[in-house]
Amino acid sequence: MLATDATPQLTWDLARDVHQLFEFHFMVNAFRAGTVVAVVAAAIGWFVVLRQQTFAGHTLSVVGFPGAAGAIWLGVSATYGYFAFCIAAALVIALVPRGRGRAFSEESAVIGTIQAFALACGFLFASLYSGFLNGIDSLLFGSFLGITDGQVLTLLVVGAGALAVLIVIGRPLLFASVDADVASARGIPVRVLSVVFLVVLGVAVAEASQITGSLLVFALLVVPAAAAQRITSRPVVGFVGAIGLGLVITWLGLGLSYYADYPVGFWTTTVAFAIFLGAEIASRATRAALAARRPSPTVVGP
Amino acid sequence: MTDDEPAVIRIRGAEVRLAHKTVWRHVDLDVGPGQFVAILGPNGVGKSTLLKAVLGLVPLAAGTAEVLGLPAGSANHEIGYLPQRRSFDPSLRIRGVDIVRLGLDGDRWGIPLPGRASRDARRRVGELLELVGATAYATRPIGECSGGEQQRLLIAQALARRPRLLLLDEPLDSLDLPNQASVAALVARICRDEDVTVLIVAHDVNPILGYLDRVVYLGGGGAITGDPETVINSENLTRLYGAPIEVLRTSTGRIVVVGQPESPTYHPDLAHHHDHPHVGH
Ligand SMILES: Nc1ncnc2c1ncn2[C@@H]1O[C@H](COP(=O)(O)OP(=O)(O)OP(=O)(O)O)[C@@H](O)[C@H]1O
Ligand SMILES: [Mg+2]
Repeated sequence: MLATDATPQLTWDLARDVHQLFEFHFMVNAFRAGTVVAVVAAAIGWFVVLRQQTFAGHTLSVVGFPGAAGAIWLGVSATYGYFAFCIAAALVIALVPRGRGRAFSEESAVIGTIQAFALACGFLFASLYSGFLNGIDSLLFGSFLGITDGQVLTLLVVGAGALAVLIVIGRPLLFASVDADVASARGIPVRVLSVVFLVVLGVAVAEASQITGSLLVFALLVVPAAAAQRITSRPVVGFVGAIGLGLVITWLGLGLSYYADYPVGFWTTTVAFAIFLGAEIASRATRAALAARRPSPTVVGP
Repeated sequence: MTDDEPAVIRIRGAEVRLAHKTVWRHVDLDVGPGQFVAILGPNGVGKSTLLKAVLGLVPLAAGTAEVLGLPAGSANHEIGYLPQRRSFDPSLRIRGVDIVRLGLDGDRWGIPLPGRASRDARRRVGELLELVGATAYATRPIGECSGGEQQRLLIAQALARRPRLLLLDEPLDSLDLPNQASVAALVARICRDEDVTVLIVAHDVNPILGYLDRVVYLGGGGAITGDPETVINSENLTRLYGAPIEVLRTSTGRIVVVGQPESPTYHPDLAHHHDHPHVGH
């Protein structure tokens, strides 16, 4: 899947390997873009996991696919398609009035229908643009080839904006996420915050899709935060930890797909899965250790 | 309450309508500083709605509500509020200390920077945890705390900004009897020592009976207010509900209300013949 003639070889000489990794400009750009995306997705993902809005994240990522395919069909950069569709879909989700309860769970059948329709539209646009059908893979499952300097800059500017918004609204958003009733009694504009958050989420999903593809966005959006929250319940540590894990996933994923010739989407998702598994095991082990130290009279047996 | 002391809550002829139905009307209520007041009544009579009216979260269809000298909703920064029945999702990975801290500065924009303000905030959170006796489990994820532990942490959160008025919606709900007694004692102690006025919604009056200055008994679309002895008797409650109600007192001083309808039987459209249900205070 690489555009070079010679397949790069791992030498186990770390300095040489890293040097080799950045020999080509496309690889440098892949790392730049991946870094930006990892930070933004993990930061927003921390709130997504806390607010239990992964379903919204998934819907937005699926809607991004016809956006990207349509943009390419029209001869525009896929980047704009992702952003336009994800942000528009976020606004629709946020502004459609819904009953009491959280994150449109009751409308999941409707959303499921829309997801299927979005995928079908993406498929149609991709087929209409003849000769592009191969590109469907990279739209759905990710690619890091041919990221231009301009694209990196766009990702950086938009991502920095999204992150800045998140930092400004972070504390009230946390309050509203864990305790909406008290937060609104305190005068926090809970409804406005949830709209703003969904738009920021749309931006993050649009960014992450460009590296992981529409279907594997969760590797960067949800997994780092879910793993971090399993390891720690301190908000700041968890937030920073999620970003760190996101970077590990992205860098390892890119490096592995450079040396071992499998798609980047596969590698990032695999690394993410391994990290999640590790976090789950670690948290269970700590809990078991704590339980053992705190003798519980209700537990019977060995 | 003496006349020269300003009222913490002054409600006159209040009526609330939700979804085109009257929840209650003709409600008058005066609460003075430092008083411990219970809102009683069966499910669905509008006890929570009364707290929300005090917070200005539901509008009055008639009458007026003044809280801490201002129209309801304008003094909310001086009110600590604990909504009804919030057990946290067991998977929620936020510690008790963080929940308490949110009560202190959770509505500020931006992120907290390390420094003096941050140290002060941490010290205040420590004090609050000490006050409610939650220090031992404050660093556990709140979803893993028991109902009583969560309730104490939430009371600490509500107290974070030294409110003058504390609104507690069924804080004893889903607690076992010893915990009901100890949380009730805690709230009464805070009311006395921190000089906070407390408005507490309760399904069962007995755990708080010994601490009460006055009660608001909701039912039949209206309310009776007064001190516990005069309000909770057969005659008043029978008049309030328009159905025979018996109030029994056990030898230990517990109150048992017999025949109280569990769901509101009041229909405003059919109730024109009802007398003004308010019997003064
Ligand atoms: N948002 C709303 N829209 C319409 N009706 C409402 C709303 N909230 C409450 N109600 C109705 O108002 C009435 C009073 O509700 P409220 O929650 O105040 O009762 P409550 O006395 O607190 O009951 P409980 O003991 O079950 O907590 C109920 O009949 C309820 O159905
Ligand atoms: Mg209630």
